[in-house]
Amino acid sequence: VSRELEDLYRDVILDHHKRPRNFRVIGSAQTAEGRNPLCGDRLTVYLQVEDARVTDASFQGYGCAIATASASLMTEAVRGKTIAEVDALAARFHGMVVAAHDAPLPALGELAALGGVRRFPARVKCASLPWRALLAIVSAGGGLVSTE
Amino acid sequence: MSRLDVAALREEFPILAAEVHGAPLVYLDNAATTQKPQAVIDRVARYYTEENANVHRAVHALAERATDAYEHARATVARFFNAAHPHEIVFVRGTTEAINLVADSFGGLHVHAGDEVLVSVMEHHSNIVPWQVLCARAGANLRVVSMTDEGELRASDVADALTARTRIVSIAHVSNVLGSVNPVRDIVRLAHERGAAVIVDGAQAAGHLPVDVQALGCDFYAASGHKMFGPTGIGVLYGRAEHLESMPPYQSGGGMVGSVSFEGTSYAPPPYRFEAGTPDVAGAVGLAAAVAFLERIDPAEIEAHEADLCAHAAAALGTVRGLRLVGTAPRRIGVLSFVLEGVHPHDVATMLDRIGVAIRAGHHCCQPLMDRLALPGTARASIAFYNTREEIDTFVAALAGVREFFA
Repeated sequence: VSRELEDLYRDVILDHHKRPRNFRVIGSAQTAEGRNPLCGDRLTVYLQVEDARVTDASFQGYGCAIATASASLMTEAVRGKTIAEVDALAARFHGMVVAAHDAPLPALGELAALGGVRRFPARVKCASLPWRALLAIVSAGGGLVSTE
Repeated sequence: MSRLDVAALREEFPILAAEVHGAPLVYLDNAATTQKPQAVIDRVARYYTEENANVHRAVHALAERATDAYEHARATVARFFNAAHPHEIVFVRGTTEAINLVADSFGGLHVHAGDEVLVSVMEHHSNIVPWQVLCARAGANLRVVSMTDEGELRASDVADALTARTRIVSIAHVSNVLGSVNPVRDIVRLAHERGAAVIVDGAQAAGHLPVDVQALGCDFYAASGHKMFGPTGIGVLYGRAEHLESMPPYQSGGGMVGSVSFEGTSYAPPPYRFEAGTPDVAGAVGLAAAVAFLERIDPAEIEAHEADLCAHAAAALGTVRGLRLVGTAPRRIGVLSFVLEGVHPHDVATMLDRIGVAIRAGHHCCQPLMDRLALPGTARASIAFYNTREEIDTFVAALAGVREFFA
């Protein structure tokens, strides 16, 4: 396996793919579905918000290792954050995955594990899929977002 | 093993010598597009270097050369598909445009409220959506004939789905996901008995098995140049002369007219009636070069070599733990779809790409088929005559590693 592949599929990614965190339904939460019609991936994101702060986040659905791990890591990262902080985090995450191949990785905690995606342009939308669903909740209260 | 001299043929495809991520390219995405032999690349360059002009317009020497080259290409393509006459060949952009043309023009003429159009569950989106559009416009009904779990479309199921209201049956010759070779000749006979016309989507067949439109008896046959070793942007619609002559234009403008006045316009005879605007002359000429290349090879040898590779690949894939082939119809050719337990098709494709192996992952523009199979998508390896057993072995050996990596 090449170094670039190991950088893409880091142990953290493989772990979150095999054992996704917060892979459950939150009945009372706001939801949005993200779809990648080209590969058939569908992820539903659940977000519980109280007083403009995320109290719980989860997801369900089907996706590749990158999309699943990204959703899993995202639900861990946003819990306890204010909506403004979630917006800022989403922007920094997006900046990381579309950055130049050799750009330094931002300090994003465990989310930085997805930094290898920038060397695989075709896979950026896999990493972005759960975040786009999350932003649909934050900005529009939910709905359906598609990569195409 | 076949008698095809694959090593010599590969020499004629410059891109096959390329390296990808430091490894030799193993190109197994031929169902998406095929590679081009030097003869096609050179022919297109020579057209622009020595012959370029607009066709059917001017009297100068270059225009005559371009027109000759374009009409020679039409005759070459007609011979390849065994059309009765070159005027039964309409140059289009590809299979998609060919089907849209038939749906709009022939469909508009013959499909009315309450009528039915029949397609199969394994069709590509380009052989579904144009018929949905037609049916919505005409108030007609789109009906779907299913297949067996193995991916076989049975003529008897088509017979059962035909009704007195069926006007059009549109069916893939070869499935781009399952590799199934459909019983087109039987379907044509059954449809004609009920008075329905048959359109064959040949995108996945031409260049892989011999296509004889007269023997098939179909009313229309559509194919894409880029999937038969020719350029992108050029395709073929074969239509029986009696149909083409009765059909109204699809697009209108220059080149497709008899005479134009503000009181009224008469249309040119086929195929020009369906070729409004300046056509893709270089594409047509390049496609003819691809056909000439294919005609140097015995089509039975191509079929035998691809059958050998397909059988070799199916046997080797069967040894990969957790792998399931999708599409095991009794009659099929070089498309191998599969799912690998615990690994998403896109992760498979990314892993293989890094060792130079190009395959496709996703729904392959066949979402209704994926629904029928209850799969979000598949990984797909698709072969052409220039592939080798060694390439299949490289591909299959890598798959075992992929599964371990994600296990």
